[in-house]
Amino acid sequence: MLNYKDILKTKCVGIAGCGGLGSNCAVALARVGIGKLIIADFDVIVESNLNRQYFFIDQIGQKKAYALRDNISRINPTVMVEAHDIKLKADDIAILFKDCDVIVEAFDLAVMKQMIIETMLAEMPDKPMVSGVGLAGWGDSNSIKVKQTGQLYICGDSVKEVSEEMPPLAPRVGIVANMEANVVMEILLDKKI
Amino acid sequence: MENRIIQSATRTNKSMKINLNNNPEELSHDQLSVQELLDVKKFTFKMLIIKINDKLVKRDDYDNAIIHDGDKVDVIHLISGG
Repeated sequence: MLNYKDILKTKCVGIAGCGGLGSNCAVALARVGIGKLIIADFDVIVESNLNRQYFFIDQIGQKKAYALRDNISRINPTVMVEAHDIKLKADDIAILFKDCDVIVEAFDLAVMKQMIIETMLAEMPDKPMVSGVGLAGWGDSNSIKVKQTGQLYICGDSVKEVSEEMPPLAPRVGIVANMEANVVMEILLDKKI
Repeated sequence: MENRIIQSATRTNKSMKINLNNNPEELSHDQLSVQELLDVKKFTFKMLIIKINDKLVKRDDYDNAIIHDGDKVDVIHLISGG
């Protein structure tokens, strides 16, 4: 009888972006024993990231992709992590994530979210993609949901955009990031247990 | 009776029923381009993903892609934050 761990350890998940969504989603998947993560981000950790992103104060100045790989290996060293310090463009996405079972969109900017979703729907429409849209501010937990259209799963409230008055903060970003990880598990384990 | 048939025939010519973001929607056109639908529904938002029957419509094709009666249309608004 298979259990969820036997299945997850054979699976690979791609995570585009290692900020609030990506770092927390990656850590959740590492804790449940995902086999392999392919993570990508071009950014460097700054102090303001620590209100929501899974990094530590002594990691300020480090590249996010590599720092996240280090943190995952401290939590669960059995997870294989392929970390890319790269600003993802449409051309890279199909190549970098081609062997992943599921891809998680974990970008910050709407224009980047649109780029990866369009690229995936055009080039790999059958590959499941989980995206995070609408997570700013605090409270209003019950507005956060999953909407599925074809192989695209959108997690979030679809409404609250970040602004100066409405920053992205650990509780709500964490809900959406963990919801993304939860949807990934659901997809990977579907009809297998 | 005859009247009703004529009426319903005229009606099908001038309107269509689609499924827009999982809600039934009746429109007073027999077909619309994606751009026309966005105008009719006053979707002025810039960052969108649009799918007709689960197939992506690229932004360059908004004027050419036609929505017909019975189509399933998804208009997904993308907003920043992560």
